[in-house]
Amino acid sequence: MNAASRFRDAPGAAPRSLRLMLDGVPVLARPGESVAAALLAHSGGATRQTPVTGAGRAPYCMMGVCFDCLVTIDGHPNVQACMVSAREGMVIQRQIGARRLGDQP
Amino acid sequence: MSADLVIIGAGPAGMAAARVAAEGGLSVTLLDEQERAGGQIYRNVGAVAGRGWLGADYARGGALVQGLDHPGITHQPRATVWRIDARRGVIWSRDGQSHVSPAAHVLIATGAQERPVPFPGWTLPGLMPAGAAQILMKQSGMVPDEAILSGAGPLLYLVAAQMIAAGAPPVALVETPTAITHALPKLPRALFGLPTLIKGLGLIARIRAAGIPWYRGAADFRAETTEDGRIRFDFTTGKQSHSLTCDLLLTHLGVIPQSHLTRSMGLAHEYDAEQGAWRPTLDPWGQSSEPHVFVAGDGGGIGGAEAARAKGALAALAILHQAGKLDAAGRDRRAAPLRRALSRALSLRPFLDAAYSVPSAFLAPPDETIVCRCEEVTAGSIRKAACTGAEGLRLMRTSLRTGMGPCQGRMCETTVIGLIAEATDRPASTLGPGRIRTPVKPVTLAEIAALGPQPEETT
Repeated sequence: MNAASRFRDAPGAAPRSLRLMLDGVPVLARPGESVAAALLAHSGGATRQTPVTGAGRAPYCMMGVCFDCLVTIDGHPNVQACMVSAREGMVIQRQIGARRLGDQP
Repeated sequence: MSADLVIIGAGPAGMAAARVAAEGGLSVTLLDEQERAGGQIYRNVGAVAGRGWLGADYARGGALVQGLDHPGITHQPRATVWRIDARRGVIWSRDGQSHVSPAAHVLIATGAQERPVPFPGWTLPGLMPAGAAQILMKQSGMVPDEAILSGAGPLLYLVAAQMIAAGAPPVALVETPTAITHALPKLPRALFGLPTLIKGLGLIARIRAAGIPWYRGAADFRAETTEDGRIRFDFTTGKQSHSLTCDLLLTHLGVIPQSHLTRSMGLAHEYDAEQGAWRPTLDPWGQSSEPHVFVAGDGGGIGGAEAARAKGALAALAILHQAGKLDAAGRDRRAAPLRRALSRALSLRPFLDAAYSVPSAFLAPPDETIVCRCEEVTAGSIRKAACTGAEGLRLMRTSLRTGMGPCQGRMCETTVIGLIAEATDRPASTLGPGRIRTPVKPVTLAEIAALGPQPEETT
């Protein structure tokens, strides 16, 4: 799942000074960017597998429309990673299949 | 905290309206889903310095953001509106808690979303809309690496030029058929938008100068993941087949109004045949079929940022008049220059709509295409269902679950309509718009229950 990122840093981009955890692996993020952006900078692979066929998906629209970037953040399932700013110490999990009711914190 | 006016969306329309309304003496609550005001077009503009490669048009949004610094304006960031209730007001969510903002007047300025571009492989990691890549450029300082730009429309040229300026030129530009000759009769009016036209030609010149391979008249899109995780992009031009490899395949076929909120309120809507999309029915001030509800910006019909700014200000003047803060003569006097600006901003639109119309293969894609990304329903099964009785959006929804996933049809409705239109030989205009129910964005039952039967204002 950890293909190389499909993006590179723009000229003059700020350093990635925040540290998030994705399934136990550190992911660096830039202050002010969304969790989805940090995940795309980290890897070009899937960030979830769909409930219906198990197909891999990654953040797509980046503006809250498509819901393909759903991840679990700090125990909260089905969060749109593109709508949440990255913060130091966030714990993120890829979502494999559908969430269950008991997953709710 | 009750406000005279609640504005939903802090893009150019919402920001311009907030300033005009506040200066006119109204208290304004500005609700926006993002952390910072700006909308998609001016995303993050207030916080970015030293990104000259994004261009001067982008930087211009800064003044609108600064205009929000007014004692009459309360900007509520990270606020997701999920219902507008005629009696209670605007209901919105932040951090798992919902709030009600009662308002005498409501302005919906929720802007546009990208038109879905469905073809086999469009759901794979490594495919994104061109606008999504632009958001990453503006907000995260990230530039697409080894990317192909595909589809049609002015945004493709802009993104290509920005990528070139950032030192990461696209691998190729793959353009679907354009109808520039067909659009030429609209050109005389477009000349009123000459500066924009010249800017567009400048972008094209920069792409040519950078030597980017440019394929025209492309069709039969198909994407697959290669063994090393890259994207193989197959397409045809005429009788010739092409196969290119890239890391990121960006697609774009224009934008459509985000109408979930306006539709959920039961406002009157109409089909815009030139733009191939529904929009709320509005008077020249942006007033909807509900007298206290106004709509401004791309959410009321695609016009771009400059048009949105003018429409936002016009709606604010009408609301000031409705609220008794501005007489009709004053309203009309101040509206005159705005209407001239609006006319200039819209002069290019008929030409663009005609030149960059959507190829039918993207309205009714090949059978194997996943159309509903949430429920993973293919074009083939939708065609089959349409031929066996599911001749409308609701019937399709109940038989195949199209539009029942978390995106609530935002990514599939245009395609489901296109496929039903094709199968039943009816015009798309008779098949929509689909009925939308609240909540228009997912909220938990616990959050709704916490609002109580007769909620008091909570913030």
